Amino acid sequence: MSFLTILYAFLLYLSAGVLVIGLALKIRQYAVTPAPLKIPTTPAPLTPAGAAMRVAREVVFFESLFKSNKWIWLFGALFHAALALVLLRHLRYFVEPVWGWVVLIQPFGVYAGFAMVIGLAGLWARRLLVERIRYITGISDHLMILLLLTLASSGLLMKYVARTDIVAVKAFILGLIYFDWRPLPADPVLLIHLLAVALLMAVFPFSKLLHVPGVFFSPTRNQADDAREKRHLAKWAAPLDSQRDA
Amino acid sequence: MPKATFQTPELGEFVDIPDIQEGATAKLKPLPASPDHQKALGFPGELVDDWEQKAVAKLGELLGKYRSLAVYLDACVKCGACTDKCHYFLGTGDPKNMPVARQDLLRQVYRKYFTVAGKIVPGLVGAKSMTKEVLDDWYIYFHQCSQCRRCSVFCPYGIDTAEISMAAREIMDHIGMGQKYCNEIIGKVHKIGNNLGLPGPALLDTLEGLEEDVEEETGVSVKFPVDVKGAEILLVTPSADFFAEPHVDGLIGYAKVFHQAGVSWTVSSYASEAANFSMFIGSYDQMFKAANRIRKAALDLGVKRLVFGECGHAWRVAYSFLNTLAGPWDFLDPKYPAPQHICEFTNDLIERGGLSLDASANDDMTLTIHDSCNIARASRMGSRPGGQFHIPRAVLKASANRFVEMNPDTTHEKTFCCGGGGGILTDDMLELRVKGAMPRMQALNQVMKKDGVTHMVALCAICKSQFSKVMPFYGIGMDAVVSLHQLVGNAIKLGTKE
Ligand code: SF4
Ligand code: SF4
Repeated sequence: MSFLTILYAFLLYLSAGVLVIGLALKIRQYAVTPAPLKIPTTPAPLTPAGAAMRVAREVVFFESLFKSNKWIWLFGALFHAALALVLLRHLRYFVEPVWGWVVLIQPFGVYAGFAMVIGLAGLWARRLLVERIRYITGISDHLMILLLLTLASSGLLMKYVARTDIVAVKAFILGLIYFDWRPLPADPVLLIHLLAVALLMAVFPFSKLLHVPGVFFSPTRNQADDAREKRHLAKWAAPLDSQRDA
Repeated sequence: MPKATFQTPELGEFVDIPDIQEGATAKLKPLPASPDHQKALGFPGELVDDWEQKAVAKLGELLGKYRSLAVYLDACVKCGACTDKCHYFLGTGDPKNMPVARQDLLRQVYRKYFTVAGKIVPGLVGAKSMTKEVLDDWYIYFHQCSQCRRCSVFCPYGIDTAEISMAAREIMDHIGMGQKYCNEIIGKVHKIGNNLGLPGPALLDTLEGLEEDVEEETGVSVKFPVDVKGAEILLVTPSADFFAEPHVDGLIGYAKVFHQAGVSWTVSSYASEAANFSMFIGSYDQMFKAANRIRKAALDLGVKRLVFGECGHAWRVAYSFLNTLAGPWDFLDPKYPAPQHICEFTNDLIERGGLSLDASANDDMTLTIHDSCNIARASRMGSRPGGQFHIPRAVLKASANRFVEMNPDTTHEKTFCCGGGGGILTDDMLELRVKGAMPRMQALNQVMKKDGVTHMVALCAICKSQFSKVMPFYGIGMDAVVSLHQLVGNAIKLGTKE
């Protein structure tokens, strides 16, 4: 087993571990922190089921962003939809035999790689060109786009220019999953691609990527508008009840 | 036009997104609370020793108590969708009035003390230590947020800057950096029962005077009862309704509606305030105390229903929080929502044919309506989502013939704040109030020019006071703002339904 294989195996295990544990802790934090008051942004659905639909529309269609800014919506939606397709396409490297529907989406997944780059480029251009967005952009915001662009372009490079031994890569990945390690091809583009993957997983729970769990826990979106019908009381606020007159 | 030491924004064809002007409003900060105002609320009188640590500790405590804060400080992706949504940014160009930049003032400290990234690579993620400079920025820019939630509507994660500025104000109060206007008022409510510090006898006097005025004008004896035990309805209304213009005309309208409905009602001298400014300073405890006065008044007077007068944030606290703070209201008549908005009451009556209205009584006005932010984006009326828009409009249209909507990008949930909400309705913040009103004034000016609109209806005490103060800066008469129930009061044909 080469040093490189061991290094990458270690890196990927570590970053995946950071991702899973870090995210689980964050989700637990959000879940146990109470929302003491009813604060849905109204008009809001009247039932929890309706509120769940509202959140689903935010997740799938970026509903509020659409109302807000068509350009950001366009580039943002393009990037996220493409990313979703690309991720699904990558399932072929994780399962054997490859599921039928994963085979079906392969061609779309490849185009999606380009769409991802276009979406990211659009978002980056806004950060650089629009004065207001430039003002609120920090170094980490540039780095995040850079990381995602590296990921997408190295993937595309492997597909079209510097092809790698994909069978060996799959064996390596399956080896990681089943603890039956196999050598990793030492192609530079592949190494960059996997490094970007590891980095992305590792920074996920410590960065703005927390918008992913966050969108599900946002009280202005996930609360039902039923304040008059149902009394909503946080545990920490309940003792105040005994201080009331009568 | 009043003399101003600042430039009133021009009203253009559209609201242009301004270029960034760093520090444009850095000088606009509200007067600090005096030690007495602070101590009356249990806050330290002046900036405490170790305020840096205490501020950070308080932030930590709030992160454990408010999921909104915990999620919103993490989730922002700096997409910029909110950057052109705040009326204060549009009116001033100060970049720290962009909602995300305002949040970042708190977020930078959160990052520094509560996140791994902020501890390891502060420079990359904009993490900053709690310094006097940061604290000063907090004091300035978290008092340049009217907590109107317009930004929250447009954020892909619903990030509500109001939640952030409430938390920041709560922290500042606890280290001795309170704001005079809010804290003085809250103290008055705890002590006397209303924002004005109007004691019971004075209230009685004022309302007796109103009774006489109305009888003189209409020939009908419309009552304005105070502390009547066993009345069916307790009316809780912003205390501005007792004397300010045009608020008082709204109060007269409520009284006429109750009169024609034939229900007994009363105000309470103990809970003579619907406004609950404690929301503005993000204090659950203070908000609880004020809400509890209403519970006590309702119990003491033995009323069956609770009705709130026209006010925005008061209705938010009433509709969204009152059940939490001082509920359950199971001692009231379950046939009616508790609390109920006066517009719901009036609209029900109109729908049942219980009011005789002559809409032509308001033919001297062409009207438009301003949706108050807290009613629009933080509450509801009636049984369907959006009732907070439809019901006031239904009442308006039943009471007046000439009605025009403003630009739909400035109404309903997209409404612009009047510029005076969130606890800054004070003369020391006049410049900000005038500039923050610009987007609303632009939309109003447009329908005045195009459709001959003469008056704008508001159903919030703060909006009414704010508009009568700032409209003259834009060349619009201060009496161009009217109460919704003023129109109802004008249109009611008293004596026809006895
Ligand atoms: S719209 Fe929301 S996510 Fe985007 S910058 Fe503003 S607060 Fe952050
Ligand atoms: S809540 Fe309103 S005033 Fe505050 S930042 Fe958002 S839009 Fe501006």
